[in-house]
Amino acid sequence: MGLLMELTHRCPLQCPYCSNPLEMDKPNIELSTAEWQDVLRQAAELGILQIHLSGGEPTARKDLEEIVKTAAEVGLYSNLITAGVLLTRERLQKLAENGLDHVQLSIQDADAENADRIAAYKGGLVKKREVGRWVKELGLPLTVNAPLHRQNIENLPKIIDLALELGAGRLEVAHIQYYAWALKNRAALMPTRAQFMKTVEIVEEARERLKGILVFDFVVPDYYAKYPKPCMGGWGSGIMNITPSGKVLPCHAAESLPGLEFDNVKTRRLADIWLNGPAFQKFRGTDWMKEPCRSCDRREVDFGGCRCQAFALTGDATNTDPACSLSSLHAEWVKVADIESAKPAPEFVYRRIGGDKPKRETAETDAG
Amino acid sequence: MAEMIPRTRTIVTGTTRPQMPRHIKMRHDAGRGRWIILAPERVYDPDDVAVAVLKLCDAKRTVDDIAATLSTEYQAPLDVVTADIISMLQDLADKGVVTAA
Repeated sequence: MGLLMELTHRCPLQCPYCSNPLEMDKPNIELSTAEWQDVLRQAAELGILQIHLSGGEPTARKDLEEIVKTAAEVGLYSNLITAGVLLTRERLQKLAENGLDHVQLSIQDADAENADRIAAYKGGLVKKREVGRWVKELGLPLTVNAPLHRQNIENLPKIIDLALELGAGRLEVAHIQYYAWALKNRAALMPTRAQFMKTVEIVEEARERLKGILVFDFVVPDYYAKYPKPCMGGWGSGIMNITPSGKVLPCHAAESLPGLEFDNVKTRRLADIWLNGPAFQKFRGTDWMKEPCRSCDRREVDFGGCRCQAFALTGDATNTDPACSLSSLHAEWVKVADIESAKPAPEFVYRRIGGDKPKRETAETDAG
Repeated sequence: MAEMIPRTRTIVTGTTRPQMPRHIKMRHDAGRGRWIILAPERVYDPDDVAVAVLKLCDAKRTVDDIAATLSTEYQAPLDVVTADIISMLQDLADKGVVTAA
């Protein structure tokens, strides 16, 4: 079982495909150090094995070292999901000493100028190269995460080379999933079907060529897939997500579903929320399903896909995810990808309050 | 820019001395009553044979040493045990779970 801990929604980057909700938690309602440490102790008792320290940018929290230390003390395997740009070598060394197990570093593109444009952050790639080097020097394992979309997709071979150069053991080639900010920017991000197919080919070739050197995780855009993804491996079956303010969600986008009540770690024990919380009960298992899911052979393979996408596109969260070819809306939905990807890309709506144009300041405001 | 360190695939043979790198953690999970392997963004669920092999992967023993030990312990033909272990460790090496000392 895994726990995604969104320590903060603060982030110096403004990537237009961010998975954070459009309404972000403000710093003054974030959980305290002691509250996060208590979450970790409860998580270990509950049988959670791995924690993913995420955000926003988790290194924007000054107490990250203490949180990592507690995770190691209670036997949780810790994974830092970072953009890297706020890190110093000293801090990373402290994190390693405190028991951090693994670093996942995001890369916006292998082309520095384009990477900076996508993240609306100057000098990002230069800094990331430096962070990647420190990670290896400190003996930590490194995964590079590369979100892929029409504005960097042609550079995939260079992104693979960059991951190798940084000494990564894993590379996540992750086509954008269209929720939250990414849904808002879908037309600016959606690759054509031909571009997508090309990435399948490139990854297959590289996976074979780099066997035993670089492990690939490949996430497909479900607009071009035949079956939906088993979102979160099934609702309430293996993953929990805690927001900066302490709300416990079955998936990071679950707040987009109306009528769901979310418990907070401030007022209820984690085990109780997991077992009995109404949001976790709502779509757990298969009882909530309608046709065609209910009688489908794949109902326990993909669990009808993503509830949030089903709701966003059909108005009813118990419908089949339109990503499924058995959905009556599938054909129409797939057309959207073909139409949008064929047109010139519109301007990005950047991830920040108000969106549209990138704001001018960079790290200073969020470095804390 | 840092000099690029050329990396090659670990090919497991009888003389390989396998080990689990520091960031790979195999432990017995009391709550679940079984062994688990924690790895970057992965949790593996090794079977009894894999656990027996991995417990002997101490960077000192060779694959041949491990095979000899387990062939005696399980009273199984050495060549079969050796081939099984090499194939299993090769798979784990390709996943980054095992390296050669």
